[in-house]
Amino acid sequence: MIAVLDYGIGNLRSAEKALQYVGADARLVSDPEQARRADAVVLPGVGAFGACAEALRESGLDEVAREAIAEQRPTLAVCIGMQLLFDESEESPGCHGLGILPGVIRRIPPGVRRPQMQWNLVEPVSRDGRSSGLLGDKGEWFYFVHGYAAELGSPADLAGTCQYGATLTAAVERGSLFATQFHPEKSGRAGLALLARFAKACGG
Amino acid sequence: MQAVRIIPCLDVDRGRVVKGVTYLDLRDAGDPVELARLYSDAGADELVVLDITASSDGRETTIGVVSRAAEEVFIPLTVGGGIRSVDDARRLLRAGADKVSVNTAAVERPSLVAEIATEFGTQCTVLAVDVRKTGEAPGRALEQVAGSGYEVVTHGGRQPTGLDAIEWVVQGVERGAGELLVTSMDRDGTEAGYDLELLALISAAVDVPLIASGGVGTLDHLAAGFLEGGADGLLAASIFHFGRYSIAQAREHLAARGVPVRPVYA
Repeated sequence: MIAVLDYGIGNLRSAEKALQYVGADARLVSDPEQARRADAVVLPGVGAFGACAEALRESGLDEVAREAIAEQRPTLAVCIGMQLLFDESEESPGCHGLGILPGVIRRIPPGVRRPQMQWNLVEPVSRDGRSSGLLGDKGEWFYFVHGYAAELGSPADLAGTCQYGATLTAAVERGSLFATQFHPEKSGRAGLALLARFAKACGG
Repeated sequence: MQAVRIIPCLDVDRGRVVKGVTYLDLRDAGDPVELARLYSDAGADELVVLDITASSDGRETTIGVVSRAAEEVFIPLTVGGGIRSVDDARRLLRAGADKVSVNTAAVERPSLVAEIATEFGTQCTVLAVDVRKTGEAPGRALEQVAGSGYEVVTHGGRQPTGLDAIEWVVQGVERGAGELLVTSMDRDGTEAGYDLELLALISAAVDVPLIASGGVGTLDHLAAGFLEGGADGLLAASIFHFGRYSIAQAREHLAARGVPVRPVYA
């Protein structure tokens, strides 16, 4: 079972339904004990970094995400869920994420509409055999909604980029952890294909 | 890179899609979920559902529509109409909407925009604005309205508010709107094209994404929304609902006119 961590923010239903659509046994889970028993975890997130960090902590699901990543269970983090893997964001000074990946979340540089709210081409980064292949091997278009983006402390974590005024982090990967700044559950066929690959990596 | 969004709009009354000519004389264009899936499969970039139902039990129907759409439509969905509180917004987001748009309720109570943005984030918060050119309002002296010559109107365009449209959207962005959906009520239903002057004024005044709405009758009108109006999203209803043009035709035409769009391969 894939647990889509439900800590009470925004639209979580689309992630659950999109995974079910591609045949995965996915469900929204708000109870940490139930989430601990899942084979794989999806950490979604919409809204502000600080509000999500706080809600995740209050739900007790932050520890579930930590354990899943530490135990190398397949984990997919999406949008603010991806940003929460880092420690800090310029969006919410003083608030702390999970601090699992090194780096900081910074405002998208000026000169473009912010937030980026559009489809964009995600180009996979060559990862020398360390890639899960979840992103696919050719560039695909995915839907983004974000005003802030990850500046990585460890370039080896980078899995994909997009161009939006500057080169932005679109996807990161480390071991069994994969994370996207874009929303695969809102990216039509390309997004469903990515989720199907994730479901397969979870063993169904 | 930049990619302008093609956004079919579904006006929904008691669970059915309708599209009126200047918000009167409604015609039935079918089941919203059916239509949403059709547009998604055809390569639409995003969908807007506007609930124009008057009654409150009709609104329950709309939550049901959003909920059903979330099971089979996997592109972004904005829902507007009748949202008056954070709780109204929450119910729609929980049902599967990605963004909620507020219009009249924000005019009556401007703090609503900030409340929704604080609770769910600016990226969830769309300020929809209906606008009329004040010079064209019969019987009103121009000096009665401020600056830009464009005024915010409500109630399907019948109710003037005295608010200057440009000042209103700038304030809305300050309150936390992450996107603007601007409808020209002079053009809506006329198929005479977007009000490009209005769009260009707003595009220059804010740095959040802008969706153009009201008046599309041809594919060139869509292109002008970006090329002359500076819009990031191009909304249209009747040209798509009645099958005059497909999403693919719109995309091809925009690309040929030099408008950056997402390539979609069938």
